[in-house]
Amino acid sequence: MIKKDYKAIVVGCSLGGKEAITTIVKNLKHNSIPIIIVQHLASDSDCYLATHLKPYTDSAIYEIINNLPIQQNGIYIAPANYHVLFGENKIFYLSVDEKHNFSRPSIDISFESASEVYMNDLVGIVLTGANSDGSVGLDFIKKNGGLTIVQDPAAAKSTFMPNAAIKMVKPDYILSLSEISFFLEHLNKNEYTPKQLKLK
Amino acid sequence: MTLKDKEKIETNLLLDAIFHCYGYDFRSYAKPSLKRRIAHRMEVSNIATIADLIPLVIHDKVFFNLFLKDMSLTVTEMFRDPSFFKSLRDEIIPILKTFPFVKIWHAGCATGEEVYSLAILLKEEGFYDKTRIYATDFNSNSIEIAKEGIYPIAKMKAFTNNYNHTGGKGSFSDYYEAKHSSVKFNDSLKKNITFAHHNLAQDRSFGEMNIIICRNVMMYFDGKLQSKVLSLFLDSLCNKGFLCIGMKESLIYSNLQNHFEPQNIDSKIYRKKASERIELKKHKSLN
Repeated sequence: MIKKDYKAIVVGCSLGGKEAITTIVKNLKHNSIPIIIVQHLASDSDCYLATHLKPYTDSAIYEIINNLPIQQNGIYIAPANYHVLFGENKIFYLSVDEKHNFSRPSIDISFESASEVYMNDLVGIVLTGANSDGSVGLDFIKKNGGLTIVQDPAAAKSTFMPNAAIKMVKPDYILSLSEISFFLEHLNKNEYTPKQLKLK
Repeated sequence: MTLKDKEKIETNLLLDAIFHCYGYDFRSYAKPSLKRRIAHRMEVSNIATIADLIPLVIHDKVFFNLFLKDMSLTVTEMFRDPSFFKSLRDEIIPILKTFPFVKIWHAGCATGEEVYSLAILLKEEGFYDKTRIYATDFNSNSIEIAKEGIYPIAKMKAFTNNYNHTGGKGSFSDYYEAKHSSVKFNDSLKKNITFAHHNLAQDRSFGEMNIIICRNVMMYFDGKLQSKVLSLFLDSLCNKGFLCIGMKESLIYSNLQNHFEPQNIDSKIYRKKASERIELKKHKSLN
């Protein structure tokens, strides 16, 4: 069931993620709740996605550092080589624990941590990607009552990650990138019209 | 009462039990990573609830040691963040060289990779013989590994790549000897390093340092413990001494940030303000 009081959105992606994220952010005119993006990155890339996204949005974009507070309308990017965790006090914690699914940041780790804090107030989105990281985390979100969305694999640059998530989770919605933007734009609002979404 | 509330109670009981039995105080660790580590131990040892961990931890020392290992299991590498080590080499070591002798505290050195990196850097800059490095960690197992200086050969490719990005002046392979599947770093690197057990959460200052390196350690602590550790560092630094923290850590959320000034903000190197020591003492005597 779609609620009207979601508190945060977590997005996971790897291969092809930059283009997918850009499309979503570009089409999203404003966001009233925080969006946290976990993309697998080469360990030496730094602040890249944050810098890249800046021209496309009016929202404040942050690369996450330890203890950064999570604010209402920020867009937050996980830094390369750190896992991103969520504190009950609504601040980010980083960790340099071992890689998970060969990845740091790991989408599963962030999704699980966010889900423990936000429970059914969380929206989890899995986009294009070349490994299965994110499926377990999305499943966790679903079990805690959160809303789950997966990018339509037919339109994804890399189908592996969305397919793995669909197989494991049976997400609430499978959507194209523009539909995801539309969805996020109308999230928590009265004029929101679910008809425009492909229900699965 | 929700499951989440119950888990909070169980976690607090577990941490209390550990503190009272063994003296290790994890009560001020950041909860998100603490939770993950507890969950990891439960999964590996096939334990259903956090509460079930409590008798095991209390009565089974071997099991407690496993838990302790989980708690300090961080992944480190040599010359991690090459740009940081390059800043040390190009900017900080030339300043340190103006002193006749320099004391360095590597706090939370884990298995020692970054300590050997530092030793190599100091050697190449011709300053090693005028330094004493205190490398400390709360985990005795990690300290033993650090003392050995033996690491898997499989990691050398990545370490060499990092080294080359720090403006390395030699050949990285000159610093170790390979044997079978591991390498041992030269004993000459250890000559001025003192490896010791020290728990940042509980232990005190043990000397006046010119530079303290504590990277990716405080991120595992909650705000209160971070402040406590920062004030320990403030107390342990000489006037204008340097503090190096992790590349994604910051002092801006700390109430002690005003006691430091940025030296190289990209590399997260700070400098203690000159007058602080006096003010701090004054402040203490007032209390």
